[in-house]
Amino acid sequence: MTENSLQVSSIEFSYGRTRALNGVSLNVEAGRFVALVGANGAGKTTLFSIVTGLYAAHAGDVSIMGHNLRAETLKALGKMGVVFQRTTLDMDLTILQNLRYAAELHGLSRKDARERISEGMKLNSLSDLGKRKVAGLSGGQRRRVELCRALLHKPALLLLDEPTVGLDMSSRAGFVEHVRSLCKQYNTGVLWATHLMDEVNHDDDIYVMARGEIIAQGRVSDLLAAHSVDNVTDLYNLITEDNKNVVESGA
Amino acid sequence: MSWLAALRCLRGVITREGLRFINQRGRFFSALVRPLVWLFIFAAGFRSVLGVSIIPPYETYVLYSEYITPGLLGMIMLFNGMQSSLSMVYDREMGSMRVLLTSPLPRWFLLFSKLLAGVVVAVIQVYVFLLVAWFWDIRPPVMGYILVVPALVLGGLMLGSLGLLLSSLVKQLENFAGVMNFVIFPMFFASSALYPLWRMLESSVVLWWICTLNPFTYVVELVRFALYGRIHWLALVVVVVCGVLFLGAAVIGYDPLRGFLARKDGGPRAG
Repeated sequence: MTENSLQVSSIEFSYGRTRALNGVSLNVEAGRFVALVGANGAGKTTLFSIVTGLYAAHAGDVSIMGHNLRAETLKALGKMGVVFQRTTLDMDLTILQNLRYAAELHGLSRKDARERISEGMKLNSLSDLGKRKVAGLSGGQRRRVELCRALLHKPALLLLDEPTVGLDMSSRAGFVEHVRSLCKQYNTGVLWATHLMDEVNHDDDIYVMARGEIIAQGRVSDLLAAHSVDNVTDLYNLITEDNKNVVESGA
Repeated sequence: MSWLAALRCLRGVITREGLRFINQRGRFFSALVRPLVWLFIFAAGFRSVLGVSIIPPYETYVLYSEYITPGLLGMIMLFNGMQSSLSMVYDREMGSMRVLLTSPLPRWFLLFSKLLAGVVVAVIQVYVFLLVAWFWDIRPPVMGYILVVPALVLGGLMLGSLGLLLSSLVKQLENFAGVMNFVIFPMFFASSALYPLWRMLESSVVLWWICTLNPFTYVVELVRFALYGRIHWLALVVVVVCGVLFLGAAVIGYDPLRGFLARKDGGPRAG
């Protein structure tokens, strides 16, 4: 049986009286690339905030590599790397200073940090830019620094919340492929939130979110076959349209 | 996570704060100019008007400029504590606070590390101020320069904890300026930083009570006594107790389950 990097069970969350997540469950198997798709406001970022421990779910459970986020918070957080929707790098510092800071937050020794930073910068084509301030980098380069940072402590789970927002087409495609190859190389489970359907491949797993609920899930190729469509955009439109009709007729 | 890893994390947070401090020289100079203006202009102007009689820890009559020096050290710690909490609101809005809060260490330790990093920066500012003041003939006993360190650290931690608590209550950066005005200035002026409490008592009993209940008064007195090689026990107790209370409340404020942040209708809701 394949190990789950991430297991989310029946999550409920509200902002005051506004329900943001309603019984959301999903799994990310080790080494799999899982796309979490949905329009803006579907609840993806709220779900990320809960999985990263920034918000506490009002009901439900989150486990990372078998560690319950509520009961074994530190173990769970230690297995996770995150790239947030908005850049969270320190603009005034250099790439190396940002990466050293992250390594120390994860308790890495100076020797380990040096080795992993060097390896990560090489993998992310940043080797010559170490002393550059983040403020002077392009959007694509910043994202690569954030990816490098998220992988420094070799997490079993990588969470990326709309990481390609603001990138041009070629940087976007390059970045997605780069994450896929790293995910395979290190057997890391990836949860990739996006509203851009061209970032989803046919052999990915997909969860479709709308109005705080998962309305469809499965292997993309299986869903394409089941709905008799040949691309992910049509599949998404079909699923969300069907769901909208069901909700409206139910109402 | 081991203690070694926790110490590495602490080193990381302090280093980052130090690098930011070096990169933001304007912040350093403005933090230094403020108390120097008070010392050079305000204290000089009131020197002949305000005499200070012999009160502990002073063993003789002191000039007004000497009296307000500990108050100005407190001012540096107060502004720095609020400044670092302001940077936390900014970090929260900009997102870098998330990187800290998703680290695999207890949240209280992460917040304490952030506080301590701010205090380290403030203590450096205090010593630069004391160096300039030395040329202005403000010369406490040599031992005072060393003994004041623990008082500055404790006072800085208490004021930083208060700032941290405020930052957890404030939803947006813009709101923080208002809080600063309602907290910093009343705390500073309604304390023993600029005038001894007995002078307050002569003019208004109510004001005296406000000053007596103001925790900043005790930071100033702790620093004042330490600078002259003595311990103000009541101030020490008040500073430690208030520090623990403020930090405890701030940790609750940053707790995702119980905190004010969890109850707010804010946060990342884009997707």
